[in-house]
Amino acid sequence: MSADIRTLLASHGGLPVDVATLADDADLYGAGLSSFASVQLMLALEDTFEIEFPDRMLNRRTFASIRSITDAVTELVAEREAAA
Amino acid sequence: MKETTSLLNRLFDSGILFSTGIDGLYGRSGVFEDVIARFDALVTAFGGEDKAEVVRFPPAMNRAHFERSGYLKSFPQLAGTVHSFCGDDHGHAQLMECLAAGEDWTGQQKATDVVLTPAACYPLYPLIANRGVLKPEGALFDLQSYCFRHEPSVEPTRMQLFRMREYVRAGTPDQVVAFRADWLERGGKLIEMLELPFHVDVANDPFFGRAGRMMKNNQRDQGLKFELLVPVNSTEAPTACLSFNYHQDHFGRTWGIETADGAVAHTACVGFGLERVAIALFRHHGTDVQSWPSAVRKVLWG
Repeated sequence: MSADIRTLLASHGGLPVDVATLADDADLYGAGLSSFASVQLMLALEDTFEIEFPDRMLNRRTFASIRSITDAVTELVAEREAAA
Repeated sequence: MKETTSLLNRLFDSGILFSTGIDGLYGRSGVFEDVIARFDALVTAFGGEDKAEVVRFPPAMNRAHFERSGYLKSFPQLAGTVHSFCGDDHGHAQLMECLAAGEDWTGQQKATDVVLTPAACYPLYPLIANRGVLKPEGALFDLQSYCFRHEPSVEPTRMQLFRMREYVRAGTPDQVVAFRADWLERGGKLIEMLELPFHVDVANDPFFGRAGRMMKNNQRDQGLKFELLVPVNSTEAPTACLSFNYHQDHFGRTWGIETADGAVAHTACVGFGLERVAIALFRHHGTDVQSWPSAVRKVLWG
């Protein structure tokens, strides 16, 4: 999953740096993730993983690092699978 | 305190505003315009010492600039585009037939190159960018324009066409953050002189949709927008009369505006909702300007 998230970050994050050079806990805003790009990334994650971010996750903290994104997506995928 | 419709009716009944039959689209009386002009002059009295460059645009902008600005990404629901009939004689006959029959006649209307200005500063950024790299001291502009937002409402403070006075600062992050801090202080003093109750609070723009929810949260988390709020229609939902906005590098990046040292410029603006302030004054001091508190009259009329 982390690899998929890195791919989406590379295509939607608009980062001036190579995503491969970023550690899982690197600060993505510090690396250049803009507000607009984080929204594009959020929508791409929803399409790819067939999830919907609830309001409580629609904030900067959720998208602050690859790890925090992975945690959120993992939680939402688990919820979807449990509901299926 | 909840008097949305009655405040509007009172403004109509006392001849301060005139109904057009459309919510949010009103005629203005001489008395109303005088209050607007006096408040506008008061803003200049506070901001004039900064020697901002005065620029006035008509209430419309270049559609290509509008498209590039990113407005449609965030506020598609508020935008107003200008369309005109672009057909021939045959099309004109069809249009007249539809009109006579009470049917939709707008099918042959096509988008022109003109879009209504959504905020006074939107036409400014391409002008700044065209001038090239900013000077070391950055740039400061004084704007005023009618603006359009498609949000019909019976709250008199939420008009579809209204005037916004703005000061816009472009420069380094330090320069624009200092500008906003100055105006947060000045704005409070200014409204205090008008003897209006107010408080300042963190705010967000009405970004559209689910993506907008995230934009709103981000804007609040980062403290990018503050509003000076005056209770007008209700105390529960006070009206933003002034707003203090730090755009970070959004417009600098969008328009390729650079500071003297080659970095992407940051921008900030302070906006004054002229009709909102005027209506707040009528709401709190009464519809007869002659009987407003003498200190307030002195501030406005000298």
